[in-house]
Amino acid sequence: MKSIINYLAEIFRGVSALIKGMKVTGYYFIHPGEIVTQQYPENRKKLVMFERFKGEVVMIHNENNEHHCTACGICEMNCPNGSIEIISKTVTSEDGKKKKVLAHHIYHLGMCTFCNLCVKTCPSNALKMDQTFEHAVFDRTKLTKVLNRPGSVLMKGVDK
Amino acid sequence: MDAEKIQPLTEEQEFSINMGPQHPSTHGVLRLMLKLQGEMVREVKPQLGYIHRGIEKMCEKLTYPQTIHLTDRLDYLSAHILNESVCLAVENALEVEVPDRVKYVRTIIDELNRIASHQLWWCAFGMDLGALTTFFYGLRDREKILDIFEETCGARLLLSYNVPGGLMFDIHPNFQKRTKDFIKYFRKKLPEYDALLTGNPIMQERTKGIGYFSKEDAINFGLSGPPGRASGFSCDVRVHQPYSAYPFAKFKEILYTEGDTFHRYKVRIDEMWESMNIIEQLIDNIPEGDFAVKMKPVIKLPEGEYYQRVEAARGEFGVYIVSDGNKNPYRMKFRSPNFCNLAPLHKMSVGYKIADLVAISGSLDFVVPDMDR
Amino acid sequence: MNFDIYDFSSFTKSIDEGLMASMSPFWAITIEMIIIGVLILGFYAVVGLYLVYAERKICAFMQCRVGPNRVGPYGFFQTIADLIKLLLKELIPIKNADKILFNIAPFIVIIASFMAIAAIPFAKGLHALDFNIGVLYVMAVSSMGVIGILLAGWSSNNKYSLIGAMRSGAQIVSYELSVGLSLITIVILAGSLQFSTIVEGQRNGWFIFTGHIPAIIAFLVFLVASTAETNRGPFDLAEAESELTAGFHTEYSGIKFAFFFLAEYMNMFIVASIAATVFLGGWMPFHIGGWEAFNGIMDYIPPFIWYIGKTAFVIFLMMWFKWTFPRLRIDQLLTLEWKYLLPINLFNIILMAFIVLMGWHF
Repeated sequence: MKSIINYLAEIFRGVSALIKGMKVTGYYFIHPGEIVTQQYPENRKKLVMFERFKGEVVMIHNENNEHHCTACGICEMNCPNGSIEIISKTVTSEDGKKKKVLAHHIYHLGMCTFCNLCVKTCPSNALKMDQTFEHAVFDRTKLTKVLNRPGSVLMKGVDK
Repeated sequence: MDAEKIQPLTEEQEFSINMGPQHPSTHGVLRLMLKLQGEMVREVKPQLGYIHRGIEKMCEKLTYPQTIHLTDRLDYLSAHILNESVCLAVENALEVEVPDRVKYVRTIIDELNRIASHQLWWCAFGMDLGALTTFFYGLRDREKILDIFEETCGARLLLSYNVPGGLMFDIHPNFQKRTKDFIKYFRKKLPEYDALLTGNPIMQERTKGIGYFSKEDAINFGLSGPPGRASGFSCDVRVHQPYSAYPFAKFKEILYTEGDTFHRYKVRIDEMWESMNIIEQLIDNIPEGDFAVKMKPVIKLPEGEYYQRVEAARGEFGVYIVSDGNKNPYRMKFRSPNFCNLAPLHKMSVGYKIADLVAISGSLDFVVPDMDR
Repeated sequence: MNFDIYDFSSFTKSIDEGLMASMSPFWAITIEMIIIGVLILGFYAVVGLYLVYAERKICAFMQCRVGPNRVGPYGFFQTIADLIKLLLKELIPIKNADKILFNIAPFIVIIASFMAIAAIPFAKGLHALDFNIGVLYVMAVSSMGVIGILLAGWSSNNKYSLIGAMRSGAQIVSYELSVGLSLITIVILAGSLQFSTIVEGQRNGWFIFTGHIPAIIAFLVFLVASTAETNRGPFDLAEAESELTAGFHTEYSGIKFAFFFLAEYMNMFIVASIAATVFLGGWMPFHIGGWEAFNGIMDYIPPFIWYIGKTAFVIFLMMWFKWTFPRLRIDQLLTLEWKYLLPINLFNIILMAFIVLMGWHF
């Protein structure tokens, strides 16, 4: 007799626990307000990334097309994956001094692991992380970017 | 079932099958060579190497701050904890004392990371058992933690927030509020996990008494983390060798002695509660101060050997550095919890069904890049 | 009672008589069969596709998602787009497969469910076949599907498929018993195996109410057993994605895979409609014996709507099970059948027989 009661109690316990689980899914089924999906391409306008989000490395330029990069190469040295290459050129200034300036700051986005070391170690704060995240391209070569804008020059007074 | 009692197979009875490297329940590119007799598992041979990237070797060519971003890529679900291990090793070697603020923030993010990792494990474990809805509930809650990470650390998964000597940036002004909101939210949602999966009789039938592993075996096999503690092996590094702000927090080590799949499950669920306790104790008391100490631009460790262990979400993670005084480590060795937790899979699952093997491997919570490195 | 406005039998009868009058009986019957075949085929495709859509939406809402929402408004044409995709996909030939069996298997599965649909009464008079052994026929035909699953698993020459097929064989053979016995319980109450008689018998209350305790138990057992018989979660051991990748249809691609996929949903539809017919009164509106005014109002809702509503309710229950519970293990599956469902069922039949004998039902 006892075993039969146990048998029935087991069935009852099992079924009540199953119903408890079904309550959870049932609750969400009748509460569409709990839906967390974001409609991605439609919400592009409203989608604001956090200010610290590490999307890609960019070089800060001011309105006069001037940047802070002195082509010192510390970012290149600190990059763990070799995704930064700095190509410098030597120019002779008006007073006859020879000076190393930045020609191309090349950034391979495809190799970057977004560790933030280049931004952190830059002595003149020339780099920053941008919040863009739509990096998909059809051609791999497009992932290699030149960070300094064409015609940009070093801001006066940075390399002192 | 005892492994010894099972008769050896004749050649006709043998039914060998490859589970993985592409299989939904091996959680990555783990390959298990199974020998079956009908549905019963007779032999499990894990095969590694499908995602070997040579991270230890790569570390030898990098400076210490650079190696940190590689530790992210080991156990990517507890990235911050792994980052911390290298930072602690370097700081201890240089005898740098980091400010209390750094310790507190590191510990809070550690625990958030642990909760996030256990949430993902819960999703995947439910999937392994065939309950597909768990996956979305777990990920939904994990998203809140990832948002906290994104706001403060700038990344969601591979944080790279630690640097030797402190943190990459100071915490975001919203950090404390968001974390407290999350704790409040998750305290409500965690009982839902129990209602959906823990209390479910099908789940209990499938996990209780399955994959028993004794305490002696757990110590012999070097099991650590939740699987070790489910077998009664007190192996929590946070308790036995506290680092960062763990000495300032009161918490208890979750220990069970049953050692089966269900209790490996239970340890993780309880750990989520415990992690929330730790965070609540620390979050309001983050001291003011610097977020990093000034380190030399080129960090060189004195000649010698250094070892630092931390409690990652899956078990004890150790980093062993041999330095020859250069800016690069001479040798860097990682003791990854998953590699050791994989070893007992054969012993645990012999004599059980394929479905049990899936449940057991789910309860060991594999992250394959952590095994292969 | 004002039933006749929704009665299809006079309409179908007039078509039959018109055809019989204009041509020989052989051709008349052939044409009728073609018409019914085309109608059922169309119905089959539409229901199959929209069950897939319904399942995806329901599971999405249970999982805090929105589900398909790109093709058409609310993703309404998503499954049609999927079907077109599956039609265009390459059918990968398996080198060491048993070619004939491999190609036949999906057809067996789909034919089995196609045949079962013929015996289901959709509304009064909307009934392709009205056997006097309708319940038996549906059970016999629907259990043919397992042959297709077994063949698919066997002929694929894949170890995962083989395990899946063997699991499915063991599962369906045992759960067939429970399905049959729980239907027999109601057959005792109804006193007939003919679907039209069973539905007529529920004019004054559905069997789940008139048969009270044993009928409710039989309904629950039928629900569990039929979920298992259609290979759906939590009994989807034959597919068991996390264990066997995709079980018996691992090696199938393109439209052959779609056949298995559609047949799964149609089987669900069929067992749901049997449950609706046998336990919940089929197309019969909700009647309470004696309340003429209430019954009259209920009669204004067309029987087809009643039928679809009840079927949808049972289908929803089955989907709810699938998206809540973890999967059982094969030995637990058989334990559930042989140690729980079967004894309960046998006891239930005795109880029902006793109640019918004593006239304690309503």
